[in-house]
Amino acid sequence: MRGSVAASWLQTAGTDASRKNLILRQHRRSRRQAQLRALALVAPLCIFLAVMFAWPLATMLTRAVSNDEFGAVLYRTSASLADWDGKETPPEETYADLAADLKQAGEEQKLGQVTSALNFDWTGARPLIMRTARQLSSEPENGWKEKLIEIAPDWGNPDLWALIKRLSQPYTSRHFLAALDLQQAADGSIHGVDANKAIYVTLFWRTLWVSAAVAGLCLLLGYPVAALLARLPLKTSNLLMMLVLLPFWTSLLVRTTSWIVLLQGNGVVNDLLVWLGIVGEGGRLSLIFNVTGTLIAMTHVLLPFMILPLYSVMKAIPPSYVRAALSLGASPVTAFRRVYLPQTIPGVLAGTLLVFVLAVGYYITPALVGGQSGQLISNVIAYHMQQSLNWGLAAALGSILLVGVLLVYWLFNRLTGGQGLRMG
Amino acid sequence: MASVSFANVSKTYDGKTSVVDNLNLDVKEGEFLSMLGPSGSGKTTCLMMLAGFETATSGEIYLDGRPINRVAPQRRNIGMVFQNYALFPHMTVAENLAFPLQVRNISKADIAQKVNRALEMVELPHLGNRRPAQLSGGQQQRVAVARALVFDPKLVLMDEPLGALDKQLREQMQYEIKRIHERLGVTIVYVTHDQAEALTMSDTIAVFNFGKIQQLAKPAEVYETPSNSFVAQFIGENNMLPGTIVERSGNLCKVMLANGDTIAALAVTDAQAGGATQLSLRPERIVVDPAPDGGDRTLVTGKIVDQIYVGDHSRIQVRVFGGHEFIVKVQNASLRRTFSKGEAITLGWHATDCRALDAAAGHSSGPVQ
Repeated sequence: MRGSVAASWLQTAGTDASRKNLILRQHRRSRRQAQLRALALVAPLCIFLAVMFAWPLATMLTRAVSNDEFGAVLYRTSASLADWDGKETPPEETYADLAADLKQAGEEQKLGQVTSALNFDWTGARPLIMRTARQLSSEPENGWKEKLIEIAPDWGNPDLWALIKRLSQPYTSRHFLAALDLQQAADGSIHGVDANKAIYVTLFWRTLWVSAAVAGLCLLLGYPVAALLARLPLKTSNLLMMLVLLPFWTSLLVRTTSWIVLLQGNGVVNDLLVWLGIVGEGGRLSLIFNVTGTLIAMTHVLLPFMILPLYSVMKAIPPSYVRAALSLGASPVTAFRRVYLPQTIPGVLAGTLLVFVLAVGYYITPALVGGQSGQLISNVIAYHMQQSLNWGLAAALGSILLVGVLLVYWLFNRLTGGQGLRMG
Repeated sequence: MASVSFANVSKTYDGKTSVVDNLNLDVKEGEFLSMLGPSGSGKTTCLMMLAGFETATSGEIYLDGRPINRVAPQRRNIGMVFQNYALFPHMTVAENLAFPLQVRNISKADIAQKVNRALEMVELPHLGNRRPAQLSGGQQQRVAVARALVFDPKLVLMDEPLGALDKQLREQMQYEIKRIHERLGVTIVYVTHDQAEALTMSDTIAVFNFGKIQQLAKPAEVYETPSNSFVAQFIGENNMLPGTIVERSGNLCKVMLANGDTIAALAVTDAQAGGATQLSLRPERIVVDPAPDGGDRTLVTGKIVDQIYVGDHSRIQVRVFGGHEFIVKVQNASLRRTFSKGEAITLGWHATDCRALDAAAGHSSGPVQ
């Protein structure tokens, strides 16, 4: 490269146009180098994000719709069910294929994947599969169809076969349907699940309103504090800022324990209320292990995320604006409403969004102090990840949550006029 | 139009040092009064007390004879131009101007009319729909002035309003503010640390230092006849000479300098014979190679240290009275020759141009500008 540039320099040396050309080329090269250098500087972070964030996220999202395990285990059955019209029981060959698949799955210890997938939609799928798999050792006399129906009458039900056919598709909507308290009947129609099984939509709504309420409470509590901090001299405001940040530095267990001490039925707050005569001895408030507990604890933890963006925006507003408004004849209330408040809106939006998004995904605090009624959607996601091992449903719930958060972010961006948000 | 008076006003933040110290000051109706002084001299505190953002620790401020210490800022009906304009960034220029009218519940039609008139007054009729951030510094300054005037206040306060502008724009705005003041006849109290600004615009200048008014006079008087050594040093350039009063006779006195020379000076200080004094002499009052005339002229010979060419005039540094360096300003048009270093030179001035002031030379609290 350098050689060719030098050669071209020698060849065309002396003419103005070629010199200009050369300079232009050198300029491009140096710019390219600068770009490469910049790229090299951000590359480690980009790679880290790709490996540790983007890739797992994508895997999780695909898990919400992917169904390949079931189809991979029952691959013969899936293939022979492809042409089945679904009206009556499948032909003899399909039964034989199923028997072969189950036999192989039993040997490879993959029956669990079949039963767990079936179990969500077919009551008693587990004993059915287990019983069938145990009795597959000997060749039947009158074909597999008769034998299997003999083992379990369910095998004569076309609905079960329709379910197996649906489950052996490479992609499925059933996790998303389940996440929205819907299910697909054997005939393919979608309808809501029984009222006593419908929990996720309620949880989504609860998560939304709890997060919105926490953001609102944080704003209500944080705004005056931030305004005061922004006005105080630096030395005092630094000290107070430390108090604001204290929740960050406190161990979660210490925090939780203190909340229990404070908020429980015989706790400090209730004792105080009884002592003051505000509530009777029998009317002690239940402030913890329910939604109230979740609200109080989350507001406490997330308050700094509201105060910091507010503070940074307010710090940039010189006190002369409010003074100017006063000198122009505005009452303090008008000066606040028309001059101070509008200028703090970017901070209000940033803080509210930050707290809301964090609250939507909050998991540990509701798990510890939320009791039954204070659980949020992330607690259920964690349950499906760790206890029920229904990762597909967990992924679907997570995906819906993610889309919801992105939607809120988009909405906020529209509200701020596309200027983006000022975070801290 | 309004009159203002400060009666024995003091302000202290810590209870020990007074930022404003027993201030008495009257501003007449329609007057343009400048408060001039170094930073920390108390001038801005005075303005803030007048606007209502600070409260006097003791004393009373009167607006049109009414005490206003307990009147909230928004009820004082005083227009104010802030140092960085404080134009509301989320409102357009027209909305900024309409703000003081809206809070006064003036009808929409009247507001539109007044806003237009104010914009025309500052020659920005076409910029009503712009945001302050879209304006140049000079334009923002004009809008700030217009906003302080649009509700026809009795009194307008200006807190170093031209500090953020470059030199040329600053001079242009000085004339414009002066023109508006003359046209509207409104009372203006103007705070600045820029003596040129104060000299150009004011009817009266109050020179501040240490929370006290050092001199209250017309611009020409402040410049030509400083009443103490702080004013002499703060305003313009002065040759200062310490000495001791030997004898007082009438309005003149004889002062002995450190090298033993005795010269005549105008006795401004109260100090009697034997007291210390600072002599102050304007560089432009000194004549080079004076023609011999009557006996009231002080003559002194010195040696040229340097001659600096400054366009319209030259600054000549001359060593006189043993070790003192005098600055002499000579118009280049009247300067007949150039001097070489070390050359002997004769300087002359009228005894009344050399003012014997108080001895407290280290008077200023901030750097002397």
